[in-house]
Amino acid sequence: MYNVVAVSFGEIFLKGKNRGSFEHKLTEQIRYALKEYKDVSIYKELGKVFIQTKHIDDMDGIINKIKKVFGIVVISPSIKVEKDPEIIIEKAIELFRYLKEKQNIKTFKVNTKRGDKTFPVKSMDFSALAGEKILNAFPDVTVDVHNPDIEVMIDIKKNCYISSERITTVGGMPIGSCGKALLLLSGGIDSPVAGYMIAKRGVEISALYFHTYPFTSERANEKVKRLKEILEEYCGKIKLYSVNLLDVHKAIKEHCREEETTILARRFMMRIAERIAEENGLEMLITGESLGQVASQTMKSMIVIENSIEMPILKPVIGMDKTEIMDKAKEIGTYETSILPYDDCCSVFAPSHPLINPKLDSILISEGRLNVEELINKVYSTLEVI
Amino acid sequence: MEVYLDNSATTRVRHEVLQQIIDVNKNYYGNPSSLHRMGLMAEKKIDEARRYAAKIINAKYEEIYFTGGGTESNNIALISHLSNIYENSNIVTTKIEHPSVYNVVDQFKDKASIRYVETDGMGRVNLDDLKKKVDSDTVLVSIMHVNNEIGIVQDIKKIAEIAKSKNNSTKIHVDAVQSYGKIKIDINNIPVDTMAFSSHKIHGPKGVGGLFVRSSLKIKPSVFGGGQEKSVRPGTENTAGIIGFGEACKLLYDNFEEENYKLNELKALYAKRLSEEIEDVRINSLLNGEGAPHILNISFKNVKGEVLVHFLEQKGIYVSTGSACSSKSKSNRILDALNIDKEYIDGSIRMSLGYFNNHDEVEYVVMHIKQSVNDIREIMML
Repeated sequence: MYNVVAVSFGEIFLKGKNRGSFEHKLTEQIRYALKEYKDVSIYKELGKVFIQTKHIDDMDGIINKIKKVFGIVVISPSIKVEKDPEIIIEKAIELFRYLKEKQNIKTFKVNTKRGDKTFPVKSMDFSALAGEKILNAFPDVTVDVHNPDIEVMIDIKKNCYISSERITTVGGMPIGSCGKALLLLSGGIDSPVAGYMIAKRGVEISALYFHTYPFTSERANEKVKRLKEILEEYCGKIKLYSVNLLDVHKAIKEHCREEETTILARRFMMRIAERIAEENGLEMLITGESLGQVASQTMKSMIVIENSIEMPILKPVIGMDKTEIMDKAKEIGTYETSILPYDDCCSVFAPSHPLINPKLDSILISEGRLNVEELINKVYSTLEVI
Repeated sequence: MEVYLDNSATTRVRHEVLQQIIDVNKNYYGNPSSLHRMGLMAEKKIDEARRYAAKIINAKYEEIYFTGGGTESNNIALISHLSNIYENSNIVTTKIEHPSVYNVVDQFKDKASIRYVETDGMGRVNLDDLKKKVDSDTVLVSIMHVNNEIGIVQDIKKIAEIAKSKNNSTKIHVDAVQSYGKIKIDINNIPVDTMAFSSHKIHGPKGVGGLFVRSSLKIKPSVFGGGQEKSVRPGTENTAGIIGFGEACKLLYDNFEEENYKLNELKALYAKRLSEEIEDVRINSLLNGEGAPHILNISFKNVKGEVLVHFLEQKGIYVSTGSACSSKSKSNRILDALNIDKEYIDGSIRMSLGYFNNHDEVEYVVMHIKQSVNDIREIMML
């Protein structure tokens, strides 16, 4: 039925002089989301973006993909026709028949928008004319201009677009409209959700993954890569960094108390993350921390961990319950991958009784036994883009 | 250097087998059920493979059925035997069976009682206990020939004789996936009813297995179709796979003694050298005739097997581990059933040998295991 999809952007962020660049970014985002589809063309016409494909069968798949692109507000599957009044009405009737088979329609209205003022018939007149023809074709329906079951939109621009269905999207702001940040991505449930939530507000994200190979499996890498790919459906291309933290863990194990391991290791992670962010023009860090969920996520732990860096940290799931985070992960499609067994042996380094109320003074004393700069340089040398 | 020591998981296909697979796909691609000559040629090739597969256990060729693999063979046999299950009947098996037996039997736990025969610290079936557990209501005795993780060889002849002497109508199934082609089996001296085996453990292709069914017995099929393999395993035959399997059997049969000798020697050498070079080592496999020639399970105190696997993969050495991190709940059913000290159980790896292994690899492997174990211990002890 449909041969084109009309995409409307949110208005708030499209006002002012940035409009052009945001529109451009969104168009790029759409293009990226549709990279696996052939013969797709994307073009602008009077304030809207249209996606056209030569393969009508791809339409549902295309709609599902662009539903996930942040910054799109409404998607209208449409029929693109020539600006010939007779053809327009014929197609409008065809669309009406198609919709009537899908749902019970008793009332309708036609709404014409004439962006092209050279079109010979005025909007109101054309709506009336099309409405009449539809009434003739379907004697069991009536017009209701106030509360119709469906509304047939006839949008006359350079071409004419007929539509009725409106598909809502995930919303958000276009990626890149709100800066760049580095997500600390583990293989778990929380961090992909955190990345999704910040990206939704228009932030372009990169991701960082810490491992301790050969104490962790290469399969864990694959899992993080897979999570990154799922997030990319929403966020566009994500650069994924990995760092091997083994030497840090070895040093902590050798020189510090077991129960301090997690806090100390996380202070190192933050420093390394900050360094990667600074070197790559990323303005903030993002973590999947949820208050009180584990020992390192108590308020006191966070104070001690964050004391190690200056860069602000975004924690979008901080106030969410585990079950809420899980629901969100299911909704965005990362859950099933996150719960895959990890084959993770970092339990070698995980203390059996981690501190939940660490004191900054004593952590700093412990850390004083380590050569922090040297260790950071050492593990930084394992940095890879995967 | 690449040293593949995970032959109990699967093996590399031998060159001659690969040639056969290509040849079949090029020249004998007909459906064996087709009436024309192309079909007949394929059928003849399959019959030839069946003769080779039968020879390995000295069976009659019509007693061999080709299946989709070891798991499928175990399932077909067990589900058929258990079709006669009744209230108050029982099944006798062990706790160290492969999942393709253990989990099938487990499906019947509400319909019959499952009796697990005791095994000793090395995994040997306690024959006195077996005698006690088999009675007039025992429908099935299913015991594996060689355990895949530690390589203990059960005396299936004695086991079958004891079971039959207690109840002649009891069906006896043996999972021989790990022993087929590795240990001499003369099926005529062992009163078992069915025996399962697999192609990819003996350098044949994956996706093919075999089931021996005593000629006096009729299998009740669990999959229905066009009647291939006398309806025991219907579906168009995996001609290339079967013929590749046949070729692997032929190669094995022709060199059985030498190959067996080589594997035993290599296994003993690894056990000796590793014990000499590394402290606090526990050999979990038996080095005499009670241990399979190709499986060496070995534990290192204060090491995690899984970490050792990853250390060794960096050197091109591939071994496996049955035990996982102790922090995760997935403990190892097989190793738990054996009396292995807690300090050792996490640090066990399985080295399993095959045709492509040789003496030249031993020192390289020993050196890297030694170094890796030292490195891991050092980190664990920090």
